[in-house]
Amino acid sequence: MRRTEVLIATVVLAVLLGLILVGAQGRLAGLITVLVLAGLGVTMGWFLRRRFRAWRYLERNEDLLVARGVMVQRLSVVPYGRMQFVEVTAGPIERLFNLSTVKLHTAAAASDARIPGLETAEAARLRDRLTELGESMAAGM
Amino acid sequence: MTNDADLPALPDDGWRRLHPLSPVARIGRLIPALLLLLVVQTAHSKVENRTAETDYLVILALLSIVYGYIHWMVTRWRIEGDTLRIETGLIRKDSRRLPLARIQAVDLVRPLLARMLGVAELRVRLAGSGSTDGKLAFLGMGEATELRLALLARHVDTETSVSSNTGLPMAQVPTGRLLASVVLSLVTILLLGITAALAVLDALEPRTAAAAAGFLAVYLFSFAGIIWRRLSGQYSFMAVEGPEGVRITRGLLATISETVPYGRIQAVRQVEPLLWRPFHWCRLEVDIAGATARNQRGEGTSVVRKALLPVGTGQDAWHLLARLLGAPDPVRTPPPRRARLKAPLSFHFLSAGYDDTHAMCVTGRLNRTTTWVPLEKTQSIRRVQGPLQRPLGLATVHVDVAGKRTRAQFRDRPQEEAERLVEDLTALSRTARQVRSPAPALAPSGHDDGQAVPSGWYPDPSGRHEHRYWHGGRWTEQVSNGGRRTSEAATSPR
Repeated sequence: MRRTEVLIATVVLAVLLGLILVGAQGRLAGLITVLVLAGLGVTMGWFLRRRFRAWRYLERNEDLLVARGVMVQRLSVVPYGRMQFVEVTAGPIERLFNLSTVKLHTAAAASDARIPGLETAEAARLRDRLTELGESMAAGM
Repeated sequence: MTNDADLPALPDDGWRRLHPLSPVARIGRLIPALLLLLVVQTAHSKVENRTAETDYLVILALLSIVYGYIHWMVTRWRIEGDTLRIETGLIRKDSRRLPLARIQAVDLVRPLLARMLGVAELRVRLAGSGSTDGKLAFLGMGEATELRLALLARHVDTETSVSSNTGLPMAQVPTGRLLASVVLSLVTILLLGITAALAVLDALEPRTAAAAAGFLAVYLFSFAGIIWRRLSGQYSFMAVEGPEGVRITRGLLATISETVPYGRIQAVRQVEPLLWRPFHWCRLEVDIAGATARNQRGEGTSVVRKALLPVGTGQDAWHLLARLLGAPDPVRTPPPRRARLKAPLSFHFLSAGYDDTHAMCVTGRLNRTTTWVPLEKTQSIRRVQGPLQRPLGLATVHVDVAGKRTRAQFRDRPQEEAERLVEDLTALSRTARQVRSPAPALAPSGHDDGQAVPSGWYPDPSGRHEHRYWHGGRWTEQVSNGGRRTSEAATSPR
C-alpha cells in the first residue's frame, strides 16, 4: 500500500524534473510534457494501487497461500515443509517507510511466493514463524 | 615403474593409490586439443617448420605425463568407516571426505585411451552440490567396479544383495534405430536444408554461394557437432535394472556408466517429436535432484536432466516408467473446447490428469511431451489466470517440482475445476509426502492407539536413526542422531 505512495512521489519528482528541463523549450511544450507525465503517473499509481490491493497471503496449518495480480491472477500454495529458506529484504525506499519484503524459497524456481510491503515487525514475525514451521515439517526434496 | 605388486609395500592403513597407468590415460584428455593444435598449425605453417611443431607436441605430451605422474604420486584414497577420503595435491593439499550416505550417483567414465589401457575414471556426485565432488582418475577396471558397488551399497536395502551382474536389461537402443532417429531430428534437417540451399545457390550464383557458405560455416559445423555428440554419446545405449537404480551404459569413444536412483526422480518426460511419431518412437528424460544447496539467487535447485532412453519404442518407455514410477496411468481429461480460442496451436494434445500419487500432463504440438510428476515431490502448487483466460473462465494449475522449469501443467482448465484442483493436489501431495516416510505408521512403542500419542521425538522404528519425530499421528522425515537433527531426505537418499 504505502509503496504505491512512494512510487507516486517518485513520479511527481520526475514531473518536476521534466518541468525544469523542458521549461527552457517554451511554455506550451513544458505544459504538455507535464500533463502527459502527470497523467502517466496517475495511471501508474492507479495500477500499482490495484496490484497492491490484490496482494494477499494466508497462513494455513500446513501451507502458506500467496495470491497476487490483477491482470494475471496468481495463487501459490507453498507447504511449509518444502521451504528451503526465507529471505527478508528491505530496499532504501522500503526502509524509509519501515517496510520489508518477505520471500520464500523452495527448490522449485517457479514457486514465486513473495510478499512485499510488510511492516518490518510483521515481516520479522512472519519470518520467524515460517522458519519454525519449516523446521518442524521439513521434507526437503 | 610401480605396479600392482608394489602396493602392499605401503603401510597397511587402507590407503590406496590410483592405477599406475593413469598418467598415460590422462593424455587422452589432451588428444582433442592436440589434434586441433596440429590441424591449425599445419594449415598455417610452411613445410620447413614441421619438425619444430612435432617437437613441441612431444614436449607437451611429456610434460603432461610428468605432471600426471606427480599427481599420481600424491593422490591416495581410502574408505574410512562411512566416508570416502581422497587426498591429492603437491603444493596445495586437497583432502576431501565424501560421506557415503550422501552419495547421489557414481559414474564410471572410460575414454577411448583409458578403455584400451583397461582403466576407468570414477566420478562421485553428492547431494548438496551440482558438480562432480570426487574424482578418481584412473582406477583399474576391476577395482573401479568393486569400489562403485561398495559406495552404492548404502543405497540398497539391506535385504537386497548387491552384485554387479544381476539386473534385467530394461531397454537398449539398436544402432540402426539410433541412426534413424538422429537423421529424423530437426538438427539434421536443418543441416541438410542449409547444404541443399547452398548447393542450389552455388549452381545459380557461385560468388554469393561462397560468401554465404563462409557465413554459414559456423552453423554447419556446430550442427554437425551436435549430431556427432548425439551419436557418440548414445551409441550402444543400454539400461539395466539394478537394486539401487536404473544403470545406464552408453557411448562410442568414451563409455559412460551412470545410475538413475529410484527415489530421487523429480519428473519423467516422454517426448515424441513429430517425425518420430509414425514409428511410435519416443525419448524419455528424467530430472534428478542433484542438490539441496541453494545457488546464489536461490533460483531453484540445480537439477540434472538425464536421458533415460534416447530413442525407444512406446513399449520400452512404458517398461522403464513402470519400474521408475510404478506405471502411473491416471485418467486424463482434455480442457474444455473453448480453450481452443486461447491455445489454438497446442490444443490438439492438451490434457492432464492425476491420481493419488502422480500428476501427469500432455503438452506441445510438434514435440508431444508427456510429463509425470510424483506428488510427493511437489514443491508448490500455483494457479495462474491470465487476461485471456479470464473472459473464457479458464485457469492453469502448475505443480512445481525442484528445478528451474520443471512442472506438470493443468493447462486451461475451467475455473471451478482449477479451484478444486489446487485443493485436491495440495491435499494429495501432503498425504503422499507423509506416506513416503519409510516406516509404516506404527505408533511409538508404549502407545498402541496411534491417535493419542503426543508429537515428539521417539526411537526410530526403522532402526536407521536414533530418534524420529512423530507428528499428527504419523512418522515424519525428521530424524536425530546424537542430538543432531536432520531431515532424512538429506541424509539418506533413497
